Amino acid sequence: MKIFIPTPLRVYAGGQDAIEVEGATVQEALDSLTTSYGDLRKHLFTAEGKVRSFVNLYLNDEDVRYLPGKEATAINPSDTLSIIPSIAGGR
Amino acid sequence: MKAIIRKGDHEAKTMSTVELLHELPELTDDDLARYSRHILLPEVGVEGQQKLKAARVLCVGTGGLGSPLALYLAAAGVGTLGLVDYDVVDSSNLQRQIIHSTADVGRKKTDSAAARLAALNPDLKIVKHNTRLSSANALEIFKNYDVVADGTDNFPTRYLVNDACVLTGKPNAYGSIFRFEGQASVFATEDGPCYRCLYPEPPPPGLVPTCAEGGVLGVLPGLVGVIQATETIKLILGIGTTLAGHLLLVDSLGMNFRKLKLRKNPDCPVCGTNRTISTLIDYEQFCGLPPAPASRVSEEAPEQDAEDPRLNGIPQISPRRLKRLLDRGDDPLIVDVRFPFEVKIASIGGVLIPMKEVPYRMNEIDRNREIVVVCKVGTMSQKVAELLKNRGYERISNLAGGLLAWADQVDPSMKKY
Repeated sequence: MKIFIPTPLRVYAGGQDAIEVEGATVQEALDSLTTSYGDLRKHLFTAEGKVRSFVNLYLNDEDVRYLPGKEATAINPSDTLSIIPSIAGGR
Repeated sequence: MKAIIRKGDHEAKTMSTVELLHELPELTDDDLARYSRHILLPEVGVEGQQKLKAARVLCVGTGGLGSPLALYLAAAGVGTLGLVDYDVVDSSNLQRQIIHSTADVGRKKTDSAAARLAALNPDLKIVKHNTRLSSANALEIFKNYDVVADGTDNFPTRYLVNDACVLTGKPNAYGSIFRFEGQASVFATEDGPCYRCLYPEPPPPGLVPTCAEGGVLGVLPGLVGVIQATETIKLILGIGTTLAGHLLLVDSLGMNFRKLKLRKNPDCPVCGTNRTISTLIDYEQFCGLPPAPASRVSEEAPEQDAEDPRLNGIPQISPRRLKRLLDRGDDPLIVDVRFPFEVKIASIGGVLIPMKEVPYRMNEIDRNREIVVVCKVGTMSQKVAELLKNRGYERISNLAGGLLAWADQVDPSMKKY
């Protein structure tokens, strides 16, 4: 599946805006991502492995927090996972 | 007296509308002519234009987002616009803040914006709030408006605006930008999610740079601010489907617009069923930042040589105190972590080591000296100070507010950018 990396985190993902990863579930895809890009792990997850509360994960157009299986939700290769961090600029 | 706005027959289930504070005024002959292109639209008509004339919208910030937002709302015939800003116009604003002009540099933004808006629409009632929005004044200001449009530029104010909107029952036409990307939504409608439902907590300080540090494509706030204006007008008119319950992502490089679904979080501390926040809190503290100055006046107050406040263990030295130390002959090593081009614009001296090079150039930073790390606004330098502290540096402080604060407090002749 393809994981979209937002601008503020691209610096931790070799500057890429999207990364192709493999995995059967959302969690496996994320593990695959953070294994390849270790610096992303601490920006996406707490020390306990929970997704940080200023980051949202969307499987296609749905918030992973509200999927029945959450991170254990099964994925298809054609699905996309978007990382949506909060941004505050306005001036 | 409140005017209950009748919802149209075309009402969609997700449609949001606001209950205006004021009764609908009559339209004058001049109004009918001026707004004829609106009135021709069956979805607007005379009644819709009356709603716009009755409406009171608060623009929080008159910068990148606030500029197009306020201009279009003024042009559209919104009756009253409140403008909240405490800043003055700087030449580096003009690349995107189109409500201000070159001649306005140095002028209060509320004055500059009000003059431009009054020229555009002399019938517009403008209320200037030349103040920093705070927990002390937000509820009092918000209660006089029908819709709030959040065009601020920092996390503490984003959460403050959200909570004040939820507590006063005002919808928030939200927009934010970063480099080439934007986000927009409508928060805090009666049944919809709020900003905290989407992001319960802010990122740690310094992780997400501001526009002042990270840069922003000048037209991007135009795109996003006009989306906020569109949502504001739809809320007032009660037409169409607003972004309530959705987050619009704008990617100007790919020119992709994506809409994601948002849900109201039943456990949200401010709008959920068992809410724990019923008054405004200390938003700087919530965002892990040192307290904001209460007002411009207190920034001018003389400072004692008390111990500097700390952030993550790093003393936050104020520009005035650093100046005093330098004046009395102290010789701290100033480490400037900005890009070389920035140093060319303005500098207070010291050694230049751009942030990304710091890990490889620590041999240039003498462990035995007092070190003050500086950058433009004080957040990148804080990160570097934390890094150095982790690497065993003991006498290290961060210049609070960076060179922009230095220009404000110590050297007004220094170029701000």
